[in-house]
Amino acid sequence: MTKFIVILLSAVFINNYVLSRFLGICPFLGVSKKLDSATGMSLAVIFVMLMATAATYPIQKFLLDPNGLGYLQTIVFILVIAALVQLVEIVLKRYVPSLHKSLGVYLPLITTNCAVLGVTILNIDEGYNFAEAMVNSLGSGLGFFLAMVMFSGVRSTIEGSDIPESFKGLPVTLTAAAITSLSFLGFSGVIENLFPM
Amino acid sequence: MMNKTAQNFVKGIIKENPVLVLVLGTCPTLATSTSVINALGMGAAATVVLLCSNIVISALRKVIPDKVRIPCYIVLIAGFVTMVQMLVKAFAPELDKALGIYLPLIVVNCIILGRAEMFANKNNVFDSAIDALGMGVGFTLALFCMATIREVFGNGTFAGIPIPILADNHISILTMAPGGFFVFGLLIAAVNKFGKYKPKKKDFGCEGCPQADSCGKTSCEKDGKEAAVND
Repeated sequence: MTKFIVILLSAVFINNYVLSRFLGICPFLGVSKKLDSATGMSLAVIFVMLMATAATYPIQKFLLDPNGLGYLQTIVFILVIAALVQLVEIVLKRYVPSLHKSLGVYLPLITTNCAVLGVTILNIDEGYNFAEAMVNSLGSGLGFFLAMVMFSGVRSTIEGSDIPESFKGLPVTLTAAAITSLSFLGFSGVIENLFPM
Repeated sequence: MMNKTAQNFVKGIIKENPVLVLVLGTCPTLATSTSVINALGMGAAATVVLLCSNIVISALRKVIPDKVRIPCYIVLIAGFVTMVQMLVKAFAPELDKALGIYLPLIVVNCIILGRAEMFANKNNVFDSAIDALGMGVGFTLALFCMATIREVFGNGTFAGIPIPILADNHISILTMAPGGFFVFGLLIAAVNKFGKYKPKKKDFGCEGCPQADSCGKTSCEKDGKEAAVND
């Protein structure tokens, strides 16, 4: 049990996907302007990360590895994720229209989000078992959610401030992201001290 | 003819620099620019994939049905990425270790999908190859600039060689995550200030978004619903 908590907390705070691993930067910068769109995007990411791990992990372990096809990982994973996202969208549209309405616009955009492909590959690389992989995906998704929500708050403050001409737009956003990321550095070492192994 | 070819090549380096002007492929830029060697390795790997995918996609542009072109492009790109991955693993195992997860993630680098969608499926093989080379060199140069700043000031070394005074007084935060965001922000601000190009009104344009055609919007901020540019 302790192991799951350690994986979860370190995925959320220490190895935060956006702020310390630099995965999924584009949606982080692109969709974080408003709180509701940031929340919608992050929920869709959590959902797809869990689904993608549940689909790709068995494929790697039971299909690719026993047949010596490990080198096809990249191709197979990206195709599985793309197909999965399409499928999820169709199913949601048909059976859960309310959820489709809130997540629908973000789903197709996640297909090629590098955080999703990244989490599936990292789960294999880290040698997690299935339960640990799922916990890690959940943690990564929650970490993305936390970063997005925090950053949308930071950005709404930036909007109203007086910024030098050449810093307008992306540069000031990146500078703010640097400071947000700095705050997450404060978490390093916390897990090791809380749960000495 | 020669003039057009040269223009195609040069635009990727300066006027349409994929990282600093089009702002594509931010993830590998931030992640691999901690040292000059990593940056050059990443740049070279991405350039090779970009060149191969642009050539093949442009050669197949009349064969691939329009409706399923994005999945086709992704499969082609993933194939080339796998090849590059295997080559790097075999001949430069240290680089493979340093780049780690970011090597397979070239698949979802939007520079490559973006160039396929914006250029290779509309132009002939030769022009696409030149465009890919220009974009690849532009990407590598931008990575190199960022990595130079981060490694020289953050670590006091250049490509692993210590620099006399800086080695004792390095600002190690620059090689960590916050430094990446900060240096990237400063570089874009510098391009806005000293480049002849006006600062863009919106943070992300649709020109780089592979889904721009199917999405049908001209801007990602209409109806209060912003949509992310893919990464």
